[in-house]
Parts: sequence; C-alpha cells; structure tokens
Amino acid sequence: MTLALPSVKVCSWTQDFDAPASLATYVAHGGYQALRRVITEKIPGDDIIAQLKLSALRGRGGAGFPTGLKWSFMPRAFPGDKYIVCNSDEGEPGTFKDRDILRYNPHQLIEGMAIAGYVLGAKVGYNYIHGEIFEIYQIFERALNEAREAGYLGDNLFGTDFSFQLHAHHGYGAYICGEETALLESIEGKKGQPRFKPPFPASFGLYGKPTTINNTETLASVPWIVQHGGQAFLELGKPNNGGPKLFSVSGHVNKPGNYEVRLGTPFSELLEMAGGVRNGHRLKAVIPGGSSAPVLPAGIMMDCTMDFDSIAKAGSMLGSGAVIVMDETVCMVRALERLAYFYFEESCGQCTPCREGTGWMYRVIQRIEHGQGRPEDLDLLNSVAGKIGGHTICALGDAAAMPVQSFLKHFGDEFAYHVEHKRCMV
Amino acid sequence: MLSQESLNQIALEVAKYPAEQKQSAVMAALRIAQSEKGWLSRELVEYVAGVLDMPAIAAYEVATFYNMYDTGSVGRHKITVCTNLPCALMGANEIAEHLKTRLGIGFGETTEDGRFTLKEGECMGACGDAPMCLHNNHVMHVKLTPATIDALLESLE
Repeated sequence: MTLALPSVKVCSWTQDFDAPASLATYVAHGGYQALRRVITEKIPGDDIIAQLKLSALRGRGGAGFPTGLKWSFMPRAFPGDKYIVCNSDEGEPGTFKDRDILRYNPHQLIEGMAIAGYVLGAKVGYNYIHGEIFEIYQIFERALNEAREAGYLGDNLFGTDFSFQLHAHHGYGAYICGEETALLESIEGKKGQPRFKPPFPASFGLYGKPTTINNTETLASVPWIVQHGGQAFLELGKPNNGGPKLFSVSGHVNKPGNYEVRLGTPFSELLEMAGGVRNGHRLKAVIPGGSSAPVLPAGIMMDCTMDFDSIAKAGSMLGSGAVIVMDETVCMVRALERLAYFYFEESCGQCTPCREGTGWMYRVIQRIEHGQGRPEDLDLLNSVAGKIGGHTICALGDAAAMPVQSFLKHFGDEFAYHVEHKRCMV
Repeated sequence: MLSQESLNQIALEVAKYPAEQKQSAVMAALRIAQSEKGWLSRELVEYVAGVLDMPAIAAYEVATFYNMYDTGSVGRHKITVCTNLPCALMGANEIAEHLKTRLGIGFGETTEDGRFTLKEGECMGACGDAPMCLHNNHVMHVKLTPATIDALLESLE
C-alpha cells in the first residue's frame, strides 16, 4: 500500500513500514507529488475545490460538514493575511485516530495543509495539537523540520512564487479547544472560550483574518484526492459519504484500535475486525461517534452501517468515528455519571445553561447512582438537558445534553430501577 | 528567573507567530516555565507575562483555564490517570485504586515526602491504549497493569 496507488487505506497506509513517520518513507511511496503538481502546474484552486466536492469528503472531526463547501466559503481573493488551521485537539472521549495520523503519517497532513494553503490563499498554517500527547507533538515538530529542510515548506516552493509556513501549537488540557473558535482564541494566547458566530472564521478567524479550520484526518485526505481524483475517493465510500474513515474502537472489544474502512461498512464487520465483544459477552450498547453522540442499543446498532447518513437515521451521529463498545456488564447509570462529570468539568463557564446545567445533571445522576435518587429525577434530567441543548454559544451544551437524553430514552428502565431499588440491576 | 535554555525555547515559540502576536506563545511559555520550575507560582506567571509583553492577568487567565498547568505546588512526579468512560471500561478505575493504595493518597493529593502527586485526568486522546497515565504531563504510559504501575513508581525517584 502506498499513496501512489489507490487503496482503501487513505490515511493509515504507512503504519506497516519500519519508519512510518519519516520523510523518506513518505516520499518513496508517492508523498508530496500532489503538492508539487498543484504548485508547479498552477492548477486552479477552483478545480481542486470541485474535486473535493465531487469526492463527498465530509469533515472528520465530528460535524461531517462537506469540506469542498467549507473551502468555497473562504474569500480566497481577499488581499490580506489568511490562515489554514488544523484541529488536532483530539479530546472527544473515545477518539484517538488523529494521534495515529500525527505519529505514523505526519507528512500527509503537512502536504494536505500546504495544498490547502495554496488553494485558500493562506501563506501560514497552524496545527493545534492536543495537550496530553506531548510526545506526538514532538514527532510532528520533527516532521515539520524535515519538510522545511527538504523544501516542502518555506519560501518559493519548487521554485515558484508560492510560499507556505506551517507551525505546531501545543494545547495544555482543555476539551473545549476542539471547538473551532475556542481553538482560535487559544492560538491567540487566551482562555479557550468559544466566540459568537457569525461572524464565521472564513470571514473573521485567527487574528481576525479569514481562516479555514479542518480536522487532521480531513486535511490528510486531501493529497490522496488530488492524486487520484474526487470520483475515486467517492467510490471508496457511498454517495454523500465519500471515502474511507478511521474508526477508533474502544471499550469492551478484544482488539481496541483504529480501523480505516469504507464508509458504509456494516457495524457488525467493524466489530469483528476489532475482535468482537470481549470475554464472549453480549453486546449491550454502543456510542457510535464519540461521547457526545447519542448512545444506541445493540439491536439498533447491529443494523447500522458506519456512515454519516445511516447513523443519523438511527438517531445518533457518526461524529468523530469513535466507537465506544459496552457489553452486558455495564451499568448505564454509572456510565452516564462519568460522562456527565466530564462535561461538568470541561464546560468553559461562559454560558449559564451549560455552566450550571452540566453540574446539576451530574449531581442528579450521581445521587441516582448512589441510591439517593428521587422518582421525579428522570423528568428533571430530561428537563435540564432540554434547557441546555440549543441555548449555548457552542455545541458543548448539546454535547452534554445528548448523552443524558439518549441514555434515558433507551435505558430509562435501568435508571428507574436504581431510583426504586437503590441499587443496580446489572 | 528562568534559565537561558528555557528562554531560548520560548524565543523559538514566539517566532512561530506574527511579530505583533507574542501573546500566542503564552501557552508554550508557561509549559516551558512549569517544566523548569515544577509549578507556576504567581511570580513565575508574572515573569512569563513580562517576557511576552502581555498583562499578567491575561497570563493568569491562561494558567488557570487549562488543566495541565499547576498553580500550586506538586510532587516531583505528577501522575495523571484518565478515568473517562472508554478508559473506565478498560480498567482505569482499578488502576487508579492500585495507585491510591500504593501511594497512600487520593486524587489531588501529594505524598508527604513530596515525591508523588496523583491527579484524575480527562480524555487524553489515546483510548485504544487504555488504561493510561501521564507522567509530569509529557510522558504517556499505556496499557497499564498493577505490575507496570509498580515498575513505573519504582523507577521514579
């Protein structure tokens, strides 16, 4: 498998090599050819955006927004400074795919960002890397140095008038910085508190300049699409869900890890790749797209295919592709208690419904888990969740509400049992 | 207040951003300062703000907003365990209990000899390798077992 030949492994193909992160490995297998061609042949940016639209590449960070459309929002002809920013602040519980791209295939991300810089008219880019993975940040810094020394980053690339500088910005522990405007605030050296939108980053982004922000896996897919065309990428997935995707499978499986498979692959196949449910236990529930995505019971999940549309139809979200598998031994009250604590801990404190509501929900779930629940608590939880969702500046409020609502919807019996019997039914 | 080596590292970070945006380097500068001094005292945060020509209050805001900065003293070795749901499903609570028993302290506490601080962390973005912990913010230890925890603790003076 290489970048030069089309394969279902778009982002994870280097992992089997001895020095997967090295420039030599990447270049020996077709790396930086797409960038060279785009720049030296002066391929119009509109053509590349058209290929992205054809590819049906959708944002891999969680929202699933069409990448070609997002790029088309950028005022590319605007004469001043513009920025391309990569969101590698991967902190959505269950998600660990971008870490593997950074440590095993950093040059494909660098190439993707340089192509983005060329298309969007950005001369400078930043990659914001999650605080807790400092060793991975160092790997990426080394890759940047390699790329600079080899002339893939810097001034007058390939002897043309196109210049592109790329830097890594290391976070230091704040889930909220995965929200794109909080991330911009953080790069500016401030608290990571989301901004009101509009204005959107494409008009008022980093330092107030037009900025495009994409996820790591999204940008790393760009060189492949430039090399092989949007149609080839689309065909690796299904209509409206182009390409393969990295799925991070964690929890009660025999082989947790990242699996890059075609969008549209049946969940049952993905589960099998991850070794199946461990200890021969029965599957109970799955959170299919990171902790913010609504939980789905096993029966619904086993009928799903892994793509944006199928998971949305089942009432959840593909999100970041983080698949958290829970077997029959899991107490859903305890599981939700831990998630509720997470959103309480990570709320940035800016909006009252989220700041107060996340703590309130956590305390109510905690008392249910510890045998002090009241009969009215289930309605109370739904009421608080409903008053957070849609009433905050950013999506963290919704992210905190959706687990509560979905756990109660699908596993309300367990919560009622806890309240009535002061103990767990599992 | 900081070594020349740390100041050189901060200068490299400042160079990443536009000349009029030195504040962008504050996260890295605080990280570098904390790595040298162990934790961020009020004086140290003010000093870093001075290096970057920014108001001290703005640097405090950053130091208190992000989880990995320590604005109070910590032990020589800070161990942060992720106990979020995917990690918990894969045994993180048992690992945390083992650490608490071995060290005789709870989350947020430091051993009397000042050797270890234990903290509960949030998602570190490495759930496939759970259970895991961070040592002094920068070194990740994965797929922990009671035996590997014991070996880690013994290796840290």
